[in-house]
Amino acid sequence: MSILGNRVLRVEDPRFLRGEGRYLEGMPLEGALSVTFVRSPVGHARVTSVDTSAAAALPNVQVFTGADVDAPPFGPPPYWNIDPKMVRPLVATDVVRFAGEIVAVVVSEDRVTGADAAELVMVDYDPLPVVLTVEDAATDEVLLFPDAGTNVAARGGAEELDENLFDGCEVVVSDTVWSTRVAACPLEPRSAAAVIGDDGRLTYWGTSQTPHTDKMIVAGMLGFDPGQVRVVSQDVGGGFGAKMLEVEGVLVAWLARKLGRPVRWTESRSENMLALLQGRAQRLEFTLGGNRDGQVLAYRLEILADAGAYPILGAFLPVLTGLMACGVYAIPKAEAQSSSVVTNTTATTSMRGAGRPEAAQAIERAMDLFAAEIGMDPAEVRRKNFIAKGSFPHTTPTGATYDSGDHEGALDLLLRSAGYDELREEQRRRRAEGGPIELGIGLSSYVEISNPVGETEFGEIEITEDGGAILRTGSFSHGQGHETTFAMIAAERLGLPVERVTVIKGDTDAIPKGAGTFGSKSTQIGGVAGRLAAEAVAEQARSLAGDYLEASVTDVVLDPALGRFHVVGAPDPSLSWADLASRAAADGRLGELTIAQEFQAPPTFPFGAHLAVVEVDTETGKVELRRHVAVDDAGTLINPLVADGQVHGGVAFGVGQALFEEVVYGEDGYPLTGTFAGYAFPSAAELPSYERVEMVTPTPANELGVKGIGESGTVGATPAVHNAVLDALAPHGVRHVELPCNGENVWKALREAKA
Amino acid sequence: MTKVTVTVNGQRRREDVEPRQLLVYFLRERLELKGTNVGCDTSSCGACTVLLDGESVKSCTVLAVQADGGEVTTIEGLAQGEELHPVQQAFHEQHALQCGYCTPGFVLATVSLLQENPSPSEQEIRHALEGNLCRCTGYHNIVRAVEAAARAGA
Repeated sequence: MSILGNRVLRVEDPRFLRGEGRYLEGMPLEGALSVTFVRSPVGHARVTSVDTSAAAALPNVQVFTGADVDAPPFGPPPYWNIDPKMVRPLVATDVVRFAGEIVAVVVSEDRVTGADAAELVMVDYDPLPVVLTVEDAATDEVLLFPDAGTNVAARGGAEELDENLFDGCEVVVSDTVWSTRVAACPLEPRSAAAVIGDDGRLTYWGTSQTPHTDKMIVAGMLGFDPGQVRVVSQDVGGGFGAKMLEVEGVLVAWLARKLGRPVRWTESRSENMLALLQGRAQRLEFTLGGNRDGQVLAYRLEILADAGAYPILGAFLPVLTGLMACGVYAIPKAEAQSSSVVTNTTATTSMRGAGRPEAAQAIERAMDLFAAEIGMDPAEVRRKNFIAKGSFPHTTPTGATYDSGDHEGALDLLLRSAGYDELREEQRRRRAEGGPIELGIGLSSYVEISNPVGETEFGEIEITEDGGAILRTGSFSHGQGHETTFAMIAAERLGLPVERVTVIKGDTDAIPKGAGTFGSKSTQIGGVAGRLAAEAVAEQARSLAGDYLEASVTDVVLDPALGRFHVVGAPDPSLSWADLASRAAADGRLGELTIAQEFQAPPTFPFGAHLAVVEVDTETGKVELRRHVAVDDAGTLINPLVADGQVHGGVAFGVGQALFEEVVYGEDGYPLTGTFAGYAFPSAAELPSYERVEMVTPTPANELGVKGIGESGTVGATPAVHNAVLDALAPHGVRHVELPCNGENVWKALREAKA
Repeated sequence: MTKVTVTVNGQRRREDVEPRQLLVYFLRERLELKGTNVGCDTSSCGACTVLLDGESVKSCTVLAVQADGGEVTTIEGLAQGEELHPVQQAFHEQHALQCGYCTPGFVLATVSLLQENPSPSEQEIRHALEGNLCRCTGYHNIVRAVEAAARAGA
């Protein structure tokens, strides 16, 4: 029986459970100097002077300013179409554009001295007007980059909006919702370390999801030949899309070369909350038109996104939001248009969902508003508009081509599993009884895009002399469990036990290429690349076994259950992998059993439906999530245990945004949510157990039938919870509550509805 | 500098410490026990949880000098050789960890919880572990692991 689809316990667990996780901060690095960044405490100012003399007077302390750093600024790749004038100097020189921007770098023998020295760096700031909202930024009254002539960093979607889009619609609903700015909050703060070896090569260690990309950026920025750079990511304590190479890492590498000594940096949590890139921050203005029978005819989504001070991936993501605007519905006419503007805040980037939760949030609110307007049950309205099961691939008016799906099936399964009719009955009863606690039931039907830009991944299988296998993957795991899942994929094809396949990742010297982990693409490209490599090795091994068994290769088979090669129809004599490998080694032929493959594939479109049940105290505004039921279909599951975990974490992230989380800035541009005491991401006490309902619709896009599952829970959860809160408040005339639906925002909405 | 004597994972250690040194840095930097992680600077996340005289404490809010004469158990001291502690085993079997960074803190907080309350309800577990934050698991499987460890009599 195949191991694929079994709940295999993770092979990486024991080292974490024993406190032997290899996080970078704990890595010994002999003689390393400590790096401390001096950061701007204000959002927007002219830097009139940086006096480093007092700090540099401390023993064994050196201080560097922008004038000392001879490396180019940090900017996005050209294909994101972001204004090239809006790039970030590694260390600010004349202007700071967000609180947290680096103005000087202290190098010391230890961290404690570094902190003391950083306090002694005297910086004079001449305040400039602080731009904190996308609306203010869009007026271009205060320009962050005067040379650019605008605050718009990027535009996407339709060039012109169709003014006749809603002609013929009996009902048109619209609203504007804000997808709150959220912080990734990986439990491990970032670290970086670097050393120049005796051979002149740079070794850089980072807490990054994308070591191979980082290698190319570091090499390019510092003028190294890529062959002279090795980048290593060890165990990384969560990433959620935010852990990539940033200016801090480039500066650490630059310092290692400049000083000829190993250097290292680990941020504090406060520093992480200031400087780690953040997510979402999109203003979503939607309009939906249809007929009173429930048919949706037209939809428009206008996105104004907050790129933060130095636009990078977050400025590009509205393109994905626009692409996914129509969600799971067959809408005859739809258009999306986006612009991303710069503000005096931390830059935004991908974060669990990255552009897709925003699309789902808008269309799912629109469907509920439409349902309320025509007096129809929200489930019924959805059912009337789903893309029909038999019509895939389906191309939406905003340009996405969905590979496969059964959106109505997902909703039906959800409603049955959750007991939807009983919940509605309970709601009717409780409303009739009255009382301050309202029950709300919220739905979301969603589709998302995984491997969104159709990337390529690398996988190599090497059979070792003892008959085990090594799988080298360009994918990366910072909690996703690749050491188990990828081993299963290869082991199953080779007929080896899972524990005989060792997965190696995260080291650019050990693995020649890699896309890393972003956009829920690991299994569908990295897993498949490993599979193809295993397939190629198994074929090659069959040929080798033919030589040893003195049979024609066409007659030799690999018994996948036993991992033995024999002539078809004659199980004896046979060769195990160990037999084959040791003989091949003796003959100098073992190298034949190392084969690399690459796999490129178009995006796939995981989908599902979520239902949230909330209780809202209409006297205080307090919301309690009572149940969260989730149907998430990511195609075939390799390891359902790991898949469940991905959904759970995704749901918590989505619920967090719906009910608790928001990065908030004070008037001077300094965040009020700069610690874990101030930024409220949920603990176990705020969340229920989830009811996950499995659904599997294999994709034709790859031979394993797999899609991505890392982000889907997040995409589905936020709108379901938001809709549940609004459903609870419907009898009070509330049709809009800002996220997060915390006591304050709910209470405000209730008061406004009463007024 | 002040001399402290602390029994860590059964081993008596006598060390000079600065009076302002936190227990977590004493463990990580002086004793090289890197399994106790630091996740925040406001005593919010619980990644640095250890047992001090059998009870869970956040080692970022205890000075090393306060542990003088005490017994500390860190994550490295929990397993018996190859054999995982029942709480560690339950976390493994219930897939209660992903990136692993918060895990040592959760495991030790659970050990302490089950000593006080050997068969907690789901709500009791959730409230008892409120001081430990995880961003990966959504807590669902952590709660299952605590229940499983309780059933196993951990």
